[in-house]
Amino acid sequence: MIHTVNRRLEAKLEERTGQKVRHCYQCKKCSAGCPVAFAMDPLPHEVMKLVQYGAEERLLKCSTIWLCASCETCSTRCPNDIDIAGVMDGLRRMSLESGLASEREIALFHKAFLNGIKLAGKTNESVLIGQYKALSGRLFDDLGLGAVMFLKGKVKMLPRVAKDRGAVRRIFKETEKGS
Amino acid sequence: MSDYDFTYYPGCSQSGSAEEYGDSTEAVCKALGIELTELPDWSCCGASSAHMTNDLLSVALPGRDLAEAKKLGRDVLVVCAACYSRMKIAQKRVLEDEELARRVEESVGEDPRFAGQVRHLLDVLVNDYGLARIKERVLLPLEGLKAVPYYGCLLVRPPEVCFCDSVENPTDLDRFLEALGVEVRPWSFKTDCCGGSLSLSRTDVTERLVNKLFTRAEEAGANCIVAACPMCVANLEMRQQPGKFSFKIPHHLPVLYFTELLGLAMTLPGTDRWLKSHIIDPMPLMAETKLMIPS
Ligand code: SF4
Ligand code: SF4
Repeated sequence: MIHTVNRRLEAKLEERTGQKVRHCYQCKKCSAGCPVAFAMDPLPHEVMKLVQYGAEERLLKCSTIWLCASCETCSTRCPNDIDIAGVMDGLRRMSLESGLASEREIALFHKAFLNGIKLAGKTNESVLIGQYKALSGRLFDDLGLGAVMFLKGKVKMLPRVAKDRGAVRRIFKETEKGS
Repeated sequence: MSDYDFTYYPGCSQSGSAEEYGDSTEAVCKALGIELTELPDWSCCGASSAHMTNDLLSVALPGRDLAEAKKLGRDVLVVCAACYSRMKIAQKRVLEDEELARRVEESVGEDPRFAGQVRHLLDVLVNDYGLARIKERVLLPLEGLKAVPYYGCLLVRPPEVCFCDSVENPTDLDRFLEALGVEVRPWSFKTDCCGGSLSLSRTDVTERLVNKLFTRAEEAGANCIVAACPMCVANLEMRQQPGKFSFKIPHHLPVLYFTELLGLAMTLPGTDRWLKSHIIDPMPLMAETKLMIPS
């Protein structure tokens, strides 16, 4: 239940993403065209409403911000020019910082992906899958598919690396607090 | 010197899971006289994972590549729709936001303000090289192929950085395929998301999106799907695997790169190798349409 309305969250998001969520008038076009809507709770237009209410904790804990695939369909269609995908990005980063993130698997996938780049400077399927499996503990998913990919030469054993990995690592270090 | 002279940013997939995309890109460019010089010591653009979790990182990673490109001066050519999107967005932001550009420069250690153009190969072929000239190079019209063109997200959105002629109903890839003699089937799912970024972590969600695309493509009367992004192709192929891996109803539609079809139409050597490396084997379709004799 929402008992209070406060503008703090809306203001914070505007500072981070430049988006003015107060312009949303609940036409629901974003939710109507969202490919992932079937798995979301709250729906994108409801996220906008909850931002207007300032329901910060509820939003930072919700799975919608992680399920959003950043396809930007909503952002290109919003009659009020709100970049809804950008708002989802902002909420997702806030949720990581606050430690309230749900959808552990999705967060771990992104972490595994970025760890791979930090390590090699380039993305390698073998490193990514290994990192993700180690972090998530989902060791036995997709084994049959893995075998097919290996046979088709989709997973290279020799990782591709950037020569100046130091430069890439430095970018990671310098941007650590940059969300 | 060629009229088309680019710094080439290959992107990670093109020497890994999408080697056939990388190889076919290099082969068709060479055949058409589009000169590619690989960006020295390029690094990963960070893809979805960087922008979904760390804004500054999502600009700084492609920022390093933009800084390298700036030293060379030529326009940059990209074939992965995700790399294309990340580079274009990072470039726009560092050129328009001086405060951000300064922070990126600090973390990269070099000037990321690359002012040349970042182009996708499909854009160069359709809009610069021209379809009339491509038609002249077709030795084997691809009759019998009925394709649905699949643009996905990042070739069209956000429209401020993308090249396609329409955000809701783009026709660049349609027209390209028609120039090769392919029958383009109309469908409404050209720009629907395939859920690639959730492919490993929320396979259940991705499978539903992929299943829908295949079902709609079949309903449209297509015998293949053609794309211009290694993330889309990998995701469609991986998540379309017959029943034993994911779907209850198996689909068999091959998913191909536009560069592979150009290679096939120009009868370039290597085409059979590219086609054979797909997870969903396109060779039965090639035999059925007599475009390639099985060896
Ligand atoms: S499309 Fe825009 S205005 Fe309409 S509900 Fe969504 S955010 Fe609000
Ligand atoms: S960007 Fe996210 S919220 Fe918007 S339509 Fe795509 S998946 Fe839905």
